[in-house]
Amino acid sequence: MFSFILRRLAILIPTFFGITILTFLLIHLIPGDPVMTMLGERNIDPEMYKSMMARLGLDQPLHMQYLHYLGGLLQGDFGKSFSSQSSVWGEFAALFPATLELGICALLFGTVFGILLGVLAAIKRGSILDHGVMGLSLTGYSMPIFWWGLMLIMLFSSTLGWTPVSGRISLTYDVQPYTGFMLIDSVIAQIQDPEYNSGAFLDAVMHLILPSIVLGTIPLAVISRMTRSSMLEVMGEDYVRTAKAKGLSPRRVIFVHTLRNAMISVVTVIGLQISTLIGGAVLTETIFSWPGIGKWLVDAIFRRDYPVVQNGLLIVAILIILVNLTVDVVYGIVNPRIRHAR
Amino acid sequence: MMSLLSIQNLCVRFGTLEKPFLAVDGVDLNVDQGELLGIVGESGSGKSVSMMAMMGLLDGQGTVTADQMLFDGKELSSLGPREKRRIIGKDIAMIFQDPMTALNPSYTVGFQIEEVLKVHLGMDRKVRRQRAIKLMREVEIPDPERRLSAYPHQLSGGMSQRVAIAMAIACEPRLLIADEPTTALDVTIQAQIMDLLLRLQKERGMALMMITHDLAVVSEVAQRVVVMYAGQVAETGLVQDVFFHPAHPYTRALIESIPESCRGARRLSTLPGIVPGQYDRPSGCLLSPRCPIAQERCVVERPELIRYTSRAVRCHTPLIPLQELKS
Amino acid sequence: MMNQVLSKNVSAASVVEMSYPSPLREFLSSFSNNKGALAGFCFLVLMVLAAVLAPWLAPHDPLMQFRDHMLQPPTWQDGGSVSYLLGTDEAGRDILSRLMHGARLSLVIGFSAVIITLLPGILLGLAAAFFPNTAGRLLMRLADIMMSLPSVLLAIAIMAVLGPGITNAMIAIAVVGLPGYMRIVRASAMSELNKDYVMASRVSGAGVLRLMFIAVLPNCMAPLIVQATLGFSSAILDIAALGFLGLGVQPPAPEWGTMLATARDYITSAWWVVTFPGLTILLTVLAINLVGDGLRDALDPKLKRAA
Repeated sequence: MFSFILRRLAILIPTFFGITILTFLLIHLIPGDPVMTMLGERNIDPEMYKSMMARLGLDQPLHMQYLHYLGGLLQGDFGKSFSSQSSVWGEFAALFPATLELGICALLFGTVFGILLGVLAAIKRGSILDHGVMGLSLTGYSMPIFWWGLMLIMLFSSTLGWTPVSGRISLTYDVQPYTGFMLIDSVIAQIQDPEYNSGAFLDAVMHLILPSIVLGTIPLAVISRMTRSSMLEVMGEDYVRTAKAKGLSPRRVIFVHTLRNAMISVVTVIGLQISTLIGGAVLTETIFSWPGIGKWLVDAIFRRDYPVVQNGLLIVAILIILVNLTVDVVYGIVNPRIRHAR
Repeated sequence: MMSLLSIQNLCVRFGTLEKPFLAVDGVDLNVDQGELLGIVGESGSGKSVSMMAMMGLLDGQGTVTADQMLFDGKELSSLGPREKRRIIGKDIAMIFQDPMTALNPSYTVGFQIEEVLKVHLGMDRKVRRQRAIKLMREVEIPDPERRLSAYPHQLSGGMSQRVAIAMAIACEPRLLIADEPTTALDVTIQAQIMDLLLRLQKERGMALMMITHDLAVVSEVAQRVVVMYAGQVAETGLVQDVFFHPAHPYTRALIESIPESCRGARRLSTLPGIVPGQYDRPSGCLLSPRCPIAQERCVVERPELIRYTSRAVRCHTPLIPLQELKS
Repeated sequence: MMNQVLSKNVSAASVVEMSYPSPLREFLSSFSNNKGALAGFCFLVLMVLAAVLAPWLAPHDPLMQFRDHMLQPPTWQDGGSVSYLLGTDEAGRDILSRLMHGARLSLVIGFSAVIITLLPGILLGLAAAFFPNTAGRLLMRLADIMMSLPSVLLAIAIMAVLGPGITNAMIAIAVVGLPGYMRIVRASAMSELNKDYVMASRVSGAGVLRLMFIAVLPNCMAPLIVQATLGFSSAILDIAALGFLGLGVQPPAPEWGTMLATARDYITSAWWVVTFPGLTILLTVLAINLVGDGLRDALDPKLKRAA
């Protein structure tokens, strides 16, 4: 088991270097002169130009720049944003909890309903329920989520007025960012000032509903499909036949014997949704003006804020790889065959 | 004496209404208390499907019909699902061919054995554990206390099959159906498992239905035998009658193809062709394309199963004339 | 096949009905039994026709702005008119015409992106499978790296490098899809390589190229076709996403996603501007996915059981 983890970690290292090369090259292939962009592209004093180049290290040969960059990374220096001059890591850390909170809620939504619907569809295979779930899943999978978000806003926020349109919490509340998680911070705010902040938590929840549904739609579709097909596959296995031959009730056959083994594949899929969630966060946060890293990255790309784009992508990539590694390990624990491998 | 299990005209139909495929076609079977019945046939003969159909394990795939399926006087098809589940796994048990996939990989062996005890006999934890250990000892699993917490993938094929047998006999069934229990095992283990099954059968007075394609085994241990071909019963009777004086050409071909029968010959004896599948069912006797003594009548007309006391044959031209069989 | 008729005892031929269906017929019948796949296929045919015939079929020029008819509702609502069936957008352009011309953009870009990726994807995948210790390791590492970023994000980043526009969007989407095809071809090829017929082929002296393209590749086609179909649908979604963010096809070109970018402001006032482009994306992608599913069910009987 331990060697299993070590081997996975070992693969991480060349992958890490590969990503740094990728993100480094990405930025340096961008046409246009970053210095000119920074200085405002007007008549630039050649001296200022040279000193800026030197400051940014852009006058060095490419591989030296890369080594410089790599060295900085290994010391934890992820550079400074061009526009705000604050550290990229700092901005990431400040904005990440918002995306994390949204992502967790979306994943919960997708997982709970996905597994539920997938199990139901598998049990009632071929029925209307089954076709309905499959249809729903296919539709969710085919959905352009930025449009889906707009439609939901149109329906629930504009027409019905049930949910707010954007942001994480109404401006009328005074909430301090202790943890960065609005659900927790709003509760703290409510405790701190019950009169002024009453209803803050509920407000935070209302703000989370639509974005979570939108972001969670694709995971819901994928997980329900995977659960259904995993269940069907397990249901065809010999040991399920043995369970039936033992005279066990259908409920027991499904919940004790089938589900447990079907979940093994589903767990992997759930973990792999991290990539989908971050990609979807980019679009979802844009629509709902959710101040998370998705929006941050897109804005940086438009602003040509290269350090943010480069290192932001790097951090995201590392995050995804670490999560995938964790999923691998969890899979190894959950699957007894790997757990007890001699 | 009334039979323990009495099946008449069992049919299992797959496919569509326009093009049905009869995997099991009018099968009659009887097993008496404590009897050892052998069911032999090639792959595709419908021997496994018939038993799974009777046990209700086909799960909606295929339509099962029968004139009668009596177990211990109760008509199985008229039982509700809950009542049927009280019989399956308790009074009738079944073990399958591949022991490596027959056990749930996510639970310990002990859990799976104790499960039957809990569900059917309502035993509490301590009693279950003790009984599980006792069962494992009975099926000759060494060091049972430790093995209770083993997972199936940690066991060998022979050991897994013993666990499967333990699960099957846990509630003292009256009838045990063994579907090719040794086919997937190593040769040395095969003999051990066979001996185990026979011993358990004698000690418990259990009826045993042994489904197999191994004629040699059946001729040694069974009292009666049913020979199946392409979903139908070809011949049935006492083992010594059927094997030493086969009436059906298929039975004879099976017997002749056993290597021991060919001693001294230069080639193993075979029957050319293969069992008809879904797409190539003959309109006459199902064996006619391969039968060495087929007549014109055989090609156009399906023979019926003709019964005499303990013997039955489905053939227009049986090897032993009908008059002799009657006596 | 077989069924030898017997010996001297019989004069008439054996009356055996043989009716093995041919593989093509089995495929067609399986596919057409899948109602969803058929519906999807018909919708796609309509969409392709609309795209191809758009210059003649569309009621108006998609770029023409009708200043007097800005934000006009669709026909069936108050204030709508027959000449603008689905209404007009904020610049007075006919939405139906824009959708039809947009179909050309989406279908062409999506299709091209898939084709561009297929060839290198197949070659690299085969190389990875046949040389697992050299090319294989490197390529899989590369694939892992590329797949560690969500496809949308990677596409956005590439667009940031290349700049907005149709060709760049095509390249970005092609690049993003590459590791996926590589992996599938490699996985398929590796499982085929373990099979006995490849061993037999090797033993009888087949060279690497022959093995690759004649023996192994045809058997990898089924998952590849399915992946290509699904790749087509995700390409369309990605193009729309890029358009929506302002990075893909630029306005005033009538790309469906680009149409949605400006539609945001009109959620409350003009629902049709927001609804129809997105609905078209959804239906098209849905149709492609239905066809893809149908193909997979029809092509691979093993998957049929579980799906």
